[in-house]
Amino acid sequence: MTDAAPALAPPASRRLTPAFLVGAALVGLHVAVGLLTLVWTPYDPAAMTGGRLAPPSLLHWAGTDRLGRDLFTEIMIGARIALAVGSGAVAIAAAIGVTVGLLAAFASRAVDDVLAATLDILIAFPTLLLAMLIVAAGDGANLGTAILAIGIAASAIVARLTRILARRVLAMDYITAARVSGTSWLGIVRIHVLPNIWPTLIVNFALQFGLAVIAEASLSYLGLGAPPPNASWGRLLQEAQATVYTAPFGAIAPGIALVSLVIGLNLFADGLRDVADPTRRRR
Amino acid sequence: MGDLLTIDDLSIRHAGRPLVSGVSLSVTAGERLGLIGESGSGKSLTALAAIGLLPEGMTASGSVRLAGREVIGAADRDVVGLRGTAVATIFQEPLTALDPLMRIGDQIAEVARRRARRDGRSLSRAGVAAEVTALMARVALPDPARLSRAYPHEMSGGQRQRAAIAMALACRPRLLIADEPTTALDVTTQAEVLKLLETLVREENMGLLFISHDLPVVGAAVDRVVVLRAGEMVEEGTVAEVFGRPRHPYTIGLVEAARAFDRAIGAAL
Ligand SMILES: Nc1ncnc2c1ncn2[C@@H]1O[C@H](COP(=O)(O)OP(=O)(O)OP(=O)(O)O)[C@@H](O)[C@H]1O
Ligand SMILES: [Mg+2]
Repeated sequence: MTDAAPALAPPASRRLTPAFLVGAALVGLHVAVGLLTLVWTPYDPAAMTGGRLAPPSLLHWAGTDRLGRDLFTEIMIGARIALAVGSGAVAIAAAIGVTVGLLAAFASRAVDDVLAATLDILIAFPTLLLAMLIVAAGDGANLGTAILAIGIAASAIVARLTRILARRVLAMDYITAARVSGTSWLGIVRIHVLPNIWPTLIVNFALQFGLAVIAEASLSYLGLGAPPPNASWGRLLQEAQATVYTAPFGAIAPGIALVSLVIGLNLFADGLRDVADPTRRRR
Repeated sequence: MGDLLTIDDLSIRHAGRPLVSGVSLSVTAGERLGLIGESGSGKSLTALAAIGLLPEGMTASGSVRLAGREVIGAADRDVVGLRGTAVATIFQEPLTALDPLMRIGDQIAEVARRRARRDGRSLSRAGVAAEVTALMARVALPDPARLSRAYPHEMSGGQRQRAAIAMALACRPRLLIADEPTTALDVTTQAEVLKLLETLVREENMGLLFISHDLPVVGAAVDRVVVLRAGEMVEEGTVAEVFGRPRHPYTIGLVEAARAFDRAIGAAL
């Protein structure tokens, strides 16, 4: 008899790969530091606490900048800003992107074609240009415009991904079966579509988070991000540029912070797929 | 209102090309009708038209009455009420017929809960669980307590198809449409699933529209057959009539092929 019961996978034994653990640790470290800065920093970030452009020492782990401020303090605050921009942008991208993507997937051919073309145009639009337009339209560069610009740019990519994923799910027999058994459109989205596209989406969100961190650093580097009292990594890098030959540590330390967070997010994203998707948990 | 499904002169067109033309058939309670024909002859489209779920861009004309209500030209919201009470469907490929990320028990429970809500019954959590267990036992799924927590990829093909049948039964439909429900299964499992379907239809006094291109399978599962060829009906009658004295060259060919196969098997034994 072919109907014999197959051996079931052990109950939800989640496979945590070393890469995922490293990624989670890196991201966790940045989150911890970012939260810590809300209550404590080694020095007052605005205060001149040492000599100008002092190299790293026991007192100033990352040295000081050209105004004698503690770089390590500024980098810690930079983590908070990077995480705030990343989560804000991803939240905007998820809200807009998933909604538009689902609408496109369910829409009639004509509406879908229009939406898909619009998304392609938006995706071709450089984030920087979008940010400049938003800054120009609003009242100058600040953290909010950076989050908005990056979020809107990312939402087009999320929308396109959602649309493709949802279309694939909607073509399945179990959707027809659900419709035959009288499930409403909203029910189909809630019960079948979202759970099935979620594992892929969540991985994309983590990747988008990393891209948002880089985008924020780029905007700040160009002076389109948060203005000076906010120590964005991009601004630190930009300031270090002038003195890169005499005091290279000014660029190295924020660089390490930026790269370690982005690598952490990417490793985390890869491992997340296995945790999020029950059909991949089995060995 | 004896007929569960009455199709009258149904035609389906796509981009000006006729895919199905002039198909008429009807299924009453307790009746088992087979729809046979080669691949691409329009069997699945006819079934989809019957439940008002034709793919986008296709237009249907003629008449399809499901439980006495016209489906063609009706608004989706009017047909939704019929689906899942008047009719349920089982598909060819059981793997795509089940949500890969939902436990089997949850999938069956979802349908049972919705059906209860429609009837105005309120079903407790325990009530739902009891119904799921009962349905799984009804389709002879072993060890319901354990299998109800399994994902589709953790089950065999036969078990998946049984689960899909359990979901269809959870709708308590009066008409069951089965689109090649056994094609993806090996011969032994095929026979078991056919037997199960036959028993269920008889015991629940449902109507059955059974789609297949496999003559022996159809012969075992139904009382009457309609033969489709390139979207047109070429023959109709009881299984004995059509298979015993086929009139249309296409049906004659089909029956001949099946006979030759039987002879070859007989000679080999
Ligand atoms: N979405 C679609 N768009 C355009 N043409 C389609 C579509 N679906 C089916 N067709 C065409 O309609 C015809 C009938 O298809 P149908 O699926 O009803 O065949 P079938 O008899 O069920 O075949 P099979 O036994 O292989 O399942 C085929 O010629 C097919 O190419
Ligand atoms: Mg078919």
